[in-house]
Amino acid sequence: MTTPDYRLTQLETLEAESIHVIREVAAELERPVLLFSGGKDSIVMLELARKAFAPARIPFPVMHVDTGLNFPDVLEFRDKRVAELGVQLVVASVPDAIARGVVKEEPNGSRNRIQTPVLLDAVEEHGFTALFGGARRDEDKARAKERVFSFRDEFGQWDPKNQRPELWDLYNGRIHLGESIRVFPLSNWTELDVWQYIAREGIAIPPLYLAQEREVVERQGMLYAVNEFVRPREGERVFRESVRYRTVGDANLTAAVRSRATTVEEVIAEVAVTRMTERGATRGDDKVSDAAMEDRKKEGYF
Amino acid sequence: MSEPVVDVHSPAAEQAAEIATARKDILRIATAGSVDDGKSTLIGRLLYDSKAVFEDQYEAIERASKGDFVDLALLTDGLRAEREQGITIDVAYRYFSTPRRTFILADTPGHVQYTRNMVTGASTADLAIVLVDARKGMLEQSRRHAFLASLLRVPHLVVAVNKMDLVDWSQETFEAIADEFSAFAARLDVPDLTVVPISALHGDNVVTRSDRAPWYQGPSLLHHLEHVHVASDRNLVDARFPVQYVVRPQSDAHHDYRGYAGTVASGVLRVGDEVQVLPSGLTTSIAAIDGPRGPVQEVFPPMAVTLRLADDLDVSRGDLVCRPANAPQATQDLDALVCWMAEEPLRPRQRLAVKHTTRSVRAVVKELVYRLDVNTLHRDQEATELGLNDIGRVRLRTTQPLFVDDYNRNRVTGRFILVDEATNATVGAGMLPPHRG
Repeated sequence: MTTPDYRLTQLETLEAESIHVIREVAAELERPVLLFSGGKDSIVMLELARKAFAPARIPFPVMHVDTGLNFPDVLEFRDKRVAELGVQLVVASVPDAIARGVVKEEPNGSRNRIQTPVLLDAVEEHGFTALFGGARRDEDKARAKERVFSFRDEFGQWDPKNQRPELWDLYNGRIHLGESIRVFPLSNWTELDVWQYIAREGIAIPPLYLAQEREVVERQGMLYAVNEFVRPREGERVFRESVRYRTVGDANLTAAVRSRATTVEEVIAEVAVTRMTERGATRGDDKVSDAAMEDRKKEGYF
Repeated sequence: MSEPVVDVHSPAAEQAAEIATARKDILRIATAGSVDDGKSTLIGRLLYDSKAVFEDQYEAIERASKGDFVDLALLTDGLRAEREQGITIDVAYRYFSTPRRTFILADTPGHVQYTRNMVTGASTADLAIVLVDARKGMLEQSRRHAFLASLLRVPHLVVAVNKMDLVDWSQETFEAIADEFSAFAARLDVPDLTVVPISALHGDNVVTRSDRAPWYQGPSLLHHLEHVHVASDRNLVDARFPVQYVVRPQSDAHHDYRGYAGTVASGVLRVGDEVQVLPSGLTTSIAAIDGPRGPVQEVFPPMAVTLRLADDLDVSRGDLVCRPANAPQATQDLDALVCWMAEEPLRPRQRLAVKHTTRSVRAVVKELVYRLDVNTLHRDQEATELGLNDIGRVRLRTTQPLFVDDYNRNRVTGRFILVDEATNATVGAGMLPPHRG
């Protein structure tokens, strides 16, 4: 585990840094909440939160912004994990918000943008002052710029040109009423670190992340598994392919990748040699423009 | 944009996985400079040559490149405003690894108006790279970057003399710059300085040694980054454990559990050690230590753990666990070097919030001793305020004692931040120099 020269490996260092961040928020901010989608990054973040306070329970609730377009496997996983840990689950529902007329469905079927007002409403309703997100800086160039403690004004907006200085590990969690802090404990983790940690700690993940023969259609060069949200369109050929998901977003817009990786160890081998970013390979919604993520984040997106 | 399926049992995949999962440590690097110095090109080169650039990223910059070659500088500046203006405004973090090490690179702005962002990126660094254009030699900006790195006690400094191809790989030019820099660095008390001649554009001496400078006997930049010895940069002597959070499960299974969670700041703590808790000064011993994977016998920085003590003492967040014979100084008077980061200047009698380790107190500015000219290192004792990006010696009086060490000896207990109580903005970074008055 540890060597006589008192050095930590990269995973141990990242783990310690994340636990420090999570404890700091619990100590300094009044009403934190952890965003938990059932995706691999939020699974690892939740596990780190468990370790941070063990043997006590995690001292804050978890929240899921439910777009209504979830992979059933992932929802099942979410509920099971929350029950095991005995934490409270808050669900902010996009379909409810659509039904209430709070937000409108976008023509392309993506609920990526409209989930932001739903998230912000839930934050206001519950009075959350700190929101843990599982985002990593290696995911996108706008994320690469963000602080670990990312200040948001009363409208939930990020101002990338005027971020608070962040010195050492002395995080500043001071806010006024209505403002909040987005906290990213996994800021310095890479996709490969997340997978290695899942392997090392034996963390359970939804089966979607592993390769399996699935019925798919091809759209703009990407493979989409046929499910209740992805129906074959006219002229599309349905075929069987061994695929897995590198990211888990909305079921209608998250593509799968061809893969033979049926174990976490094989996923690590695949990620180690792959030449495409996660989002480039699997997200239809990130391709809008070079600054798509920056623009969404300014509006209050995670 | 689909790619061919990976054969996860191919020799290439197995080798990649073996390298990726090898036992490695992390080196945190900060680079400083402006686009003109070739900083972004250098980072692009490191990322590209260590295969940390993905195909879809490469294709995107290939499309955006205007000249005959792919502009690797486009890999870094991530904000719309940065791409529009061609400058780096805020620090961006990049990740790459080699079979020997994994690297977190903080790419920081060089312009003076974004100093606070540069300091943000450099504060956590083990090593700072200062870029110098071989044609221009040491400029005011390079001096400032070297000074800030030394102020923050970044343990290793590398001067990359770039664009050597534009001075025909002249040994005299390189040595003149190296000499000038060494003389400046000597006044700054830089513990480890390395100077490397490179061409980021052509990749000479970046990843592999170049044969264009046969007179240069040193390593390539990446070789140096992979091998620089950082294990002894940490303080493993003075045990310091700031209490961050009190863990009390209050459950049937753990009825009497009371643990003190925190991150080891320095030193080594072992089960059975006699310890003292500040500010109470009471002594007890360590009954058990819980790590992320259960009980452990000893811990060291930067492990995040939970201590259980043998006696039932009143211990809360902001307290500090140390050894009875080796305690930090408890003081309400801070005599510090302060880097000021707000538009509104720092002035005597001003009130501020201080965060030091896990302890938050209030303070009043008693005196501005001097303001430092970063270029000449002249101390202006007539100064009446510190403006945005100024650095000066400041005396503060705090409402409660803090438990401090010299920053030179202990980077964790020798530092603090200043926060404006009205705006809640982080407005200053403080370091406690040795030989304080």
